[in-house]
Amino acid sequence: MQMWFSEYHTVNVKLDVRIEEQLFSGKSEYQKIDVFKSYEFGKMAALDGEIVFSDADEFIYDEMVTHVPMAVHPNAKKILIIGGGDGGVAKELIKYPFVEKIDVVETDKMFVDVCRKFFPEVACGLEDPRISMYYDDGLRFLRGKNDEYDLIINDSTDPLGHTEGLFTKEFYGSCYKALREDGIMVYQHGSPFYDEDEAECRKMHRKVYKSFPISRVYQAHIPTCPSGYWLFGFASKKYHPLNDLDAERWDALGMKTWYYTTNLHRGAFMLPKYVEDLLEEEETR
Amino acid sequence: MDINRQQKAPIYEALEEFKKRRVVPFDVPGHKRGRGNPELVQLLGQKCVELDVNSMKPLDNLCHPVSVIREAEELTADAFGAENAFLMVGGTTSAVQAMILSTCKAGDKIILPRNVHKSALNALVLCGAVPVYVNPEMNAKLGISLGMEIDQVARAIEDNPDAKAVLVNNPTYYGICSDLRAIVKLAHSRGIKVLTDEAHGTHLYFGENLPVCGMAAGADMSAISMHKSGGSLTQSSILLTGKAVKADHVRQIINLTQTTSASYLLLSSLDISRRNLALRGRESFARVAKMAEYARNEINSIGGYYAYGRDLVNGTSIYDYDVTKLSVYTLDIGLAGIEVYDLLRDEYDIQIEFGDICNILAYISIGDRIQDIERLVGALQDIKRLYSRDRTGLLSGEYINPEVAVSPQKAFYAEKKSLSIKDSVGCISGEFVMCYPPGIPILAPGERITKEIAEYILYAKEKGCSMQGTEDPAVEYLQVLA
Repeated sequence: MQMWFSEYHTVNVKLDVRIEEQLFSGKSEYQKIDVFKSYEFGKMAALDGEIVFSDADEFIYDEMVTHVPMAVHPNAKKILIIGGGDGGVAKELIKYPFVEKIDVVETDKMFVDVCRKFFPEVACGLEDPRISMYYDDGLRFLRGKNDEYDLIINDSTDPLGHTEGLFTKEFYGSCYKALREDGIMVYQHGSPFYDEDEAECRKMHRKVYKSFPISRVYQAHIPTCPSGYWLFGFASKKYHPLNDLDAERWDALGMKTWYYTTNLHRGAFMLPKYVEDLLEEEETR
Repeated sequence: MDINRQQKAPIYEALEEFKKRRVVPFDVPGHKRGRGNPELVQLLGQKCVELDVNSMKPLDNLCHPVSVIREAEELTADAFGAENAFLMVGGTTSAVQAMILSTCKAGDKIILPRNVHKSALNALVLCGAVPVYVNPEMNAKLGISLGMEIDQVARAIEDNPDAKAVLVNNPTYYGICSDLRAIVKLAHSRGIKVLTDEAHGTHLYFGENLPVCGMAAGADMSAISMHKSGGSLTQSSILLTGKAVKADHVRQIINLTQTTSASYLLLSSLDISRRNLALRGRESFARVAKMAEYARNEINSIGGYYAYGRDLVNGTSIYDYDVTKLSVYTLDIGLAGIEVYDLLRDEYDIQIEFGDICNILAYISIGDRIQDIERLVGALQDIKRLYSRDRTGLLSGEYINPEVAVSPQKAFYAEKKSLSIKDSVGCISGEFVMCYPPGIPILAPGERITKEIAEYILYAKEKGCSMQGTEDPAVEYLQVLA
């Protein structure tokens, strides 16, 4: 018997992953949650049929949304993770001794429970005493927050799913309001390669560019993402991701990573021409 | 309501049955199950175009229903607690007009509030009946017309004992209800029929703890926009009649203007939605009311906005309030409702029902999700943060008491000339002017144009309301009686 998991990247392109066994399948109030054990990627979590992370490539994503802003912000103490139910981003953040408080806001409690059970090596990030867990809608949680966080990481992946609200102007505006005067927001910027994704990618940049004084985009290679190519957004009130990068300070922390280096940090902001072009087009609209 | 019978959906079932027979079409529509129009199939899908079929014996005929449509209408009447029901395919406009045309002839008087939908006044143009307006009280702050006070209705009836009908909005677009039971009692005691425009009230028939619905209050006829809170396809609607109305005569009136090629997409959507409401309406609308209430509380806690609800109820002009409605007063953040409406769409990709001079209205329905409510609330907060300003210079809406100089029909067909809005002051209007939505005329044919009305029209235009009703597409000139 052969079992294959198919994820459609466009209507005409799919990624097939051979599955050893299905570990979990359930439906929460918000989405369908599946956990598979695959031969190539190890354990994989899928929401509404789309892979959100796997054992094999989770480190790329988690390191890139965490260390990039942390190497720029000189003193990030209070941090908000939105949608970080798997604990992967928290797992990276707790490595910083000077971080004092991390709030994690996740809508779907079932997703957190599933991650704790099947991905304990990732979800362990949520067990640190500095973490406070909130089961709430991201927008709702942000509504009462003013001038409070040094860093907000939007860890939600799907601008078309139930977290759609976290890719909107109201969300970016709410983040701006919740950040301190030198705060940084990092968010998923999708993949620019396929046409249907490109439209979303453009829209996001247009909205953020208008909401923050500094708005740059950086990239990483993530095999399970559509076209294997993924972008992140770096929006900031004060610090520039390259001019304010303090590589010496970060390197001195002696942190063990598998993807991120301060060298790669600089390179990640050097985008392919077609991506640069589409972002610039949105900036001048 | 017979809940076992309500499990049936006769039109839908007949369509499914018909599809299985794979009948070769040598009748209209000419696209022949979509084969003749592949681009349309691409857009709408094979399933949808296959259902676009003609009336025939197995599928009945809306103009003279004897089988499945008749049964669907009986089930609808049963579900809504009416004596008879008519499925309508020309929008609730056609249902409102059928109510008026069934009860009024040329020269007959009809008592109605001025804040009726234009379809009601259009019916007066068609049949030549004369409006007797009951001045609705205004809420000066919110700038909206309220319900009809029973004393005012009594006075109108006293002054016009020969009136044939009273028309009541139940509720208004904004969710405001008059004391319908008392109006019915009073009108019936004088032999006057009561018509309810329930374009915004389908859910009143199924939800709990909501204002009374037309049929339960004893109204004679009700126009029900199934496609609004009922969930059916746009343009489908229902007309209900009570015991004292001759249904066969109403059918004749409907057939005067109704298409002879009624769409089965619309009819089946009415059939399925009726079943859905009968079986699950109560829970659905409890959820809708809960979401609206949640949104109201959240919006009110932002500060600056006023999302009103049952707190408005005063026992007379606001006898009751429909809590599924979400209306928000915006002037205190220095923005006209229409400006917030435009910002929500252009900047936040959120389309709401309408914005007027002082308010916005977000339509909450059985299709909404709580995360979308969070988006709306978040966007309102962000609009306040980014766009709020001093409110000086903003007009608040006001009720302008119309002077009906001639009947709508006479004015509509009279010799006319074209004048700019400013120059038309003092003349009698020969046409409608309204913002759409909500489609409540600012000016109707036969009304005298006052300075206040002209200024109001110009202000609404300047703030970005979509104006319509005039012959002049740019709404700069008005047709006035020569």
